[in-house]
Amino acid sequence: MRERAKARQQSAVADPQEPSSPAPPAGRSDREQLRELEIAALERDIAALSSLTDPSDATALDIERIRNEVAELKRDFYLHISPWQRIQLARHPQRPYTEDFIRLLFKNFSEIHGDRNFADDPALLTGMAWFRGQPVILIGSQKGRDTRQRVARNFGQAKPEGYRKALRAMQLAAKFARPVMVFVDTPGAYPGVDAEERGQAEAIARNLREMSRLPVPILITITGEGGSGGALAIAVGDRVFMLENSVYSVISPEGCASIMWRDATKAETAAQALKITATDLLEMKIIDEIVPEPEGGAHGDHAAAAKLLEPVLARALEELSRLSPRQLVDQRYEKFRRMGQFFA
Amino acid sequence: MTWFKREKKSIENPTPVDERRVRTEGLWIKCGACRAIIWKKDLEANWEVCPKCDHHFRLGARRRLELLFDDEFWTEFDAGLASSDPLLFSDTRPYAQRLRDAQRKLGMKDAILTAEGKLRGRQVTCCSMEFGFIGGSMGAVVGEKVARAVERSLAQKQPLVIISCSGGARMMEGTVSLMQLAKVAAALGRLDDARVPFISVLTDPTTGGVTASYAMLGDLNIAEPGALIGFAGPRVIEQTIRQKLPEGFQTAEFLLEHGFLDAVVSRKELKNYIAQAFEFFLGPA
Ligand SMILES: [Zn+2]
Repeated sequence: MRERAKARQQSAVADPQEPSSPAPPAGRSDREQLRELEIAALERDIAALSSLTDPSDATALDIERIRNEVAELKRDFYLHISPWQRIQLARHPQRPYTEDFIRLLFKNFSEIHGDRNFADDPALLTGMAWFRGQPVILIGSQKGRDTRQRVARNFGQAKPEGYRKALRAMQLAAKFARPVMVFVDTPGAYPGVDAEERGQAEAIARNLREMSRLPVPILITITGEGGSGGALAIAVGDRVFMLENSVYSVISPEGCASIMWRDATKAETAAQALKITATDLLEMKIIDEIVPEPEGGAHGDHAAAAKLLEPVLARALEELSRLSPRQLVDQRYEKFRRMGQFFA
Repeated sequence: MTWFKREKKSIENPTPVDERRVRTEGLWIKCGACRAIIWKKDLEANWEVCPKCDHHFRLGARRRLELLFDDEFWTEFDAGLASSDPLLFSDTRPYAQRLRDAQRKLGMKDAILTAEGKLRGRQVTCCSMEFGFIGGSMGAVVGEKVARAVERSLAQKQPLVIISCSGGARMMEGTVSLMQLAKVAAALGRLDDARVPFISVLTDPTTGGVTASYAMLGDLNIAEPGALIGFAGPRVIEQTIRQKLPEGFQTAEFLLEHGFLDAVVSRKELKNYIAQAFEFFLGPA
C-alpha cells in the first residue's frame, strides 16, 4: 500500500475536485483603497448635487461630469483587479445564476428532469425554452442563494446523474435539430463516494465525446466559476464565452495552493499563476469572446448583465445557423484540436 | 477484493532478515504490498508481479510497450514533442525546471510514449503513460500525442490501445491541460464513428482528468488488479465527506463491481486479452 499512498501524495497533479473553502476577504492594496475612497467621495457629490431643489443647468452639467469621472474610475478599478479578486466576484453570492438568465433571456421555460437512470440532479438544470422566438435546449449549473438552497443545489456541484441528464437533453436537441445553450457556474463535479460509485469520470468523459459530435449548435457561457472537469463536461461547444468576471480553471486556486505550495494560504498566488481570467484565456485562444458585465460586476444588476449577454448569444446563434451539421461538427473538432501549444 | 485480504494476511507474516537485504542490495526488492523480499530476476520473469501476493508493481512506459509488442521492431512517434510551459508557471520551483529534471531522469520529453508495432501479428497503435514523469500528468504534450495517435489509428484503420497511469491533468499548464480532455475525447469520437476498436487499460493509478476522458472511453475498459482508479482523489473525497473511505474504495475491483470496467485482467493475461478482443472485433490478424 505504500506505493499507493505515494501516488496519492504525488504533487503536480490537478486533483480535479479540491473543494473551494470559503474565501478570506480579498487583500486590498493602498492604491485600491484610495480608488474606492475617491469613488465614494464623488458619489456623495452627485447625491448632494442631485438633492438640490431647482438645480440649474450648471448643476446638471456638474452632475454629468462627476458621473463620468466615477464611471471612469470604476472602469479603471475593475480593469485592474487581481485574479483573486475576480474569483471573489465570480463566487459572489448575488451573482446571476442560470435561473436568472432563464428568467431574463428566455420565454416559456419548461424544465426537463432526471437522467432516466438514477435521479434528478438539482445542481444542474436542463429544459426547453424560447430565445428570441427560437426554441432551444437549455443546460446550466445551478447554485443556491441562501444556506438551505445552497445545500439543496449541492453548491452547484453535479453528480453523474446531472451530467447524464445534460447528455439526454443534448440528444433531444440533436434529434429535433434545436440549438443548445449552456450556462456554466460550478466549483466542479461533486467529489463524493456516491458520485464515484456511479461513475463520475465516465459520465464526464462520455459528455466530452458526445458534445464534440453533436450535430447542432452549442453555445457555452461561463457565467461564474468554470471549475475543472465538472465545468468542461457541459462546455464543449462551437463558441465559448466568458463573462468578464468569471474564471475557468483546471483546479481551484485553493486546491492548487495546498498541493503545489503545501500551504492553503497561497491561494492568491496560485490564482495569479494559473491564469484563469477571461483575459488570460482569450489570449490563449481557449475562449472566443469576453462578455462585458455591468459596472462593478454582474451581481449588482442581473438584468443589465443579461442584456449585455443577449446580443452576443443572438449573433453567435445566427452565425452558426448558417452552417450544416457536418460543418458545425468539423469546425468544433478543429477548435478543440488546436488547443495547447508545445515545442515540436 | 482478494487484494486486500491477501495483504492483511501477509502483514502478519514475519519480514525476512534485514542483514540479508543489506548484503544483497540491488538484487532484491521489497514488495510494497506484502513486504516479501523478492529476487529482482524472479520479479522480472513474473511480469513485475509479486509471486507471493500478486501485487502488480508499477511499470515504466517503455517496459509496458516491451511487454505488449511482439518484438523490438516497434516505432515510436512524436518523441520530440515538449512542453512550451504556456503559463510560465512557477510554484516553489519553476515548472520549466521540473520538466528538465523529469526529462533528464527518464530520457523522455513528456509523460507518454506513443508507438505502433505488432501485437500477436496485428499492427496496432499503443500509447503508454509514464507515472515517473510529473505524476504521469496530462498537459498539452500528452494531449497532443494521444490525439495524434488516435488520428493515426483512424487513418490506418488500426486498433488502438492506451495504457493509462496518471494522476490527472497537469496543473502547471492550467486550463490548457483541461482542454486536452476535450481534445482527446473528440478524437476518440471520430475513431468510434469509424468503428476502429479502442481498448483502454487502466493501471495504478489512473485518476482525475485522464479517467474523465480517454481512460473511460474504450470499447472495452479494463484494469490491472488492485489499481487505484477514480475521478476525485481519495484525499479530496475524505476532506469533503469528513470520514474515512470504505475499504477497497476506488480499486479496479470496486469499479468492476459498480459496472465501470469490463474486466480486471492480470498483467500476465493482458496481451492475450487484448489480442483476443481485437480478433473478436476485426477477425484474425
Ligand atoms: Zn507481495
